Amino acid sequence: MAQVKQDAARNRGILLRDSGPAQAAAGASDRAAGTRARRRRGREGGGFWWIVPTLYIVFLMLPIYWLINMSFKTTNEILGGFSLWPQNFTIESYVEIFTNPVWYNGYVSSITYVLINTVISVTVALPAAYAFSRYRFLGDKHLFFWLLTNRMAPPAIFALPFYQLYSAIGLFDTPWAVALAHCLFNIPLAVWILEGFMSGVPKEIDETAYIDGYSWPRFFVKIFMPLIASGIGVTAFFCFMFSWVELLLAKTLTAVDAKPIAAVMTRTASTSGYELGLLAAAGVLTIVPGAVVIWFVRNYIAKGFALGRV
Amino acid sequence: MDLTWMAWTWQTATFFAVIAFLLLGMMLWEYVAPGGGARVGILRFETTRGDRLFISLLMSAYIHLGWLAFSDASLWGATIASLAFAAAVFRWV
Amino acid sequence: MTKTWNNKAWFMVLPVLLLVAFNAVIPLMTVVNYSVQETFGNNLFFFEGVRWYEEVLASSRFHAALGRQFLFTFIILAIEIPLGVAVALAMPRSGPWVSVCLVFMALPLLVPWNVVGAMWNIFALPDIGLLGRSINALGIDYNFTQQPLSAWFTVVLMDVWHWTSLVVLLAYAGLRSIPDAYYQAAKIDGASRLAVFRYIQLPKMSRVLTIAVLLRFIDSFMIYTEPFVLTGGGPGNATTFLSIDLVKAALGEFNLGIAAAMSIIYFLMTLLVCWVFYTAMTNYYDGER
Repeated sequence: MAQVKQDAARNRGILLRDSGPAQAAAGASDRAAGTRARRRRGREGGGFWWIVPTLYIVFLMLPIYWLINMSFKTTNEILGGFSLWPQNFTIESYVEIFTNPVWYNGYVSSITYVLINTVISVTVALPAAYAFSRYRFLGDKHLFFWLLTNRMAPPAIFALPFYQLYSAIGLFDTPWAVALAHCLFNIPLAVWILEGFMSGVPKEIDETAYIDGYSWPRFFVKIFMPLIASGIGVTAFFCFMFSWVELLLAKTLTAVDAKPIAAVMTRTASTSGYELGLLAAAGVLTIVPGAVVIWFVRNYIAKGFALGRV
Repeated sequence: MDLTWMAWTWQTATFFAVIAFLLLGMMLWEYVAPGGGARVGILRFETTRGDRLFISLLMSAYIHLGWLAFSDASLWGATIASLAFAAAVFRWV
Repeated sequence: MTKTWNNKAWFMVLPVLLLVAFNAVIPLMTVVNYSVQETFGNNLFFFEGVRWYEEVLASSRFHAALGRQFLFTFIILAIEIPLGVAVALAMPRSGPWVSVCLVFMALPLLVPWNVVGAMWNIFALPDIGLLGRSINALGIDYNFTQQPLSAWFTVVLMDVWHWTSLVVLLAYAGLRSIPDAYYQAAKIDGASRLAVFRYIQLPKMSRVLTIAVLLRFIDSFMIYTEPFVLTGGGPGNATTFLSIDLVKAALGEFNLGIAAAMSIIYFLMTLLVCWVFYTAMTNYYDGER
């Protein structure tokens, strides 16, 4: 936890300069460390160490650039020839998406089930992760392993029974069906990440709070949750991410009303011919929410990927 | 609730009932003799009764699959082999 | 941290247990039920015993899909793990560029999987895609919708594009946990770059790298959407991996019994691998404490 704060501080080292002498000193020493690191790499890598990440990022951006490029072309231009940038720049595809309810409803339902799923996953995972990080109980290790196996079960196996199950309980084609189904892999993940962050909080804090007369729920909400706030943020990010990108189950569990945007895309691709411009524009718009969310958690990403316990 | 879509057969129902009873049995065993009987066996890491049950079950699934793939004899052979394997696991792992 | 023994903790785990069990146990039981029966629709089922398992185990189609699956997983692990570690090592340890790099690198992870497939489809099309056009301009005959080798190349490249960042971020998190003092000590000792990597950086990364290998193994083993959208499993069956084959059998040919038996075998394989990794990881972790 303290580590997270330090990392965040390091990332924002420059901002913190005038917020207090101690922090300023810390920021300065971090910057000095950074310069040292750069010098070290500079000497050993011949001054070109930055080439590797730069090339890698260029490689990552090329397909995305191509998608954006396509989204501003007319379908005729796309099929007509090859050009590195749009010759007849048009925002027609975007206008179509924002005015056609089939398209924008796809976005609304995607975001709805993703948000429901994130809230459910984090809420139920919090007490469970606390239990795993603080107590030993009958079958705890096996339970933890069983949870993880569900993170690892191929969704293709579950597609058909899921359809049957959610039809049987009358949730088929609602955002709730997808939100609940995505709990299959998001809850285990949330428990896993949160447990890592919680194990970093010393147990003395719990004990002191109990001595001070806090009840468990009050302690948990008032003291413990603020301590692992960044962990909760990272967990919510991961739940958002995996629910947002998953499609097989989302497509299986919806038909008309709750169709996610990604499924609308596949349908468009098959029914109304090959409208590449429209497809590309829709694709670009599916990347935007992800990019926004990453921006919010950028200072915690590295720590979050280590699941809180490096 | 209508459960026909789950397509139960008495064979699979028995199978799951056996698994459920095994789990129940493990809980009772734990109640009678707590601690899980942790020890370091021939796999050189610490296992408890639960671990040994899991290894036995997973391996018997593989034994049955292997038997189906490589032998035409009755599947009960695989079951007997699995039981023997489970006994060995509980003795030495 | 020493944990207290308290069975009441079960109550805290109960909601998680119920939700996950609802989603995992009921469908799994249903798949087991399907796998021993023949169906002609309308919820009419006939008991077939282990016939589907025998057919699956003997079917060359399943063996081929399994072989492709292992080959694919092996290739992408062999590329993504070293590449990810290399990029993480080359990243600056601090400074304003770190956040920028991380944001850009995390971006592919947040693209919906079918958009990844669609994106690479239009990126790699031989006539109008940047990649396809460039490769053909180099004088190499490349068309991923026609040639199995090109299709494989494209699918592997797509997976590298999509998932290497996960390895980078994990490895980078591991590297950042190394105190500067270690590097200074190494410098005083005159340690070579290789020695620093071998004795300081690699041990510190080993835990996160285990997680990376585990996650990449599992996720690539159940890959479905991206190659399905990109190649549809083709040309022919060249890129039909396990999940694609499974869905083809279940939904395309409505052969539930075979698909269910395949699912169970597939599930048992992932289960074994998970268990081996998990045991290795927890024992390593406990040993460290």
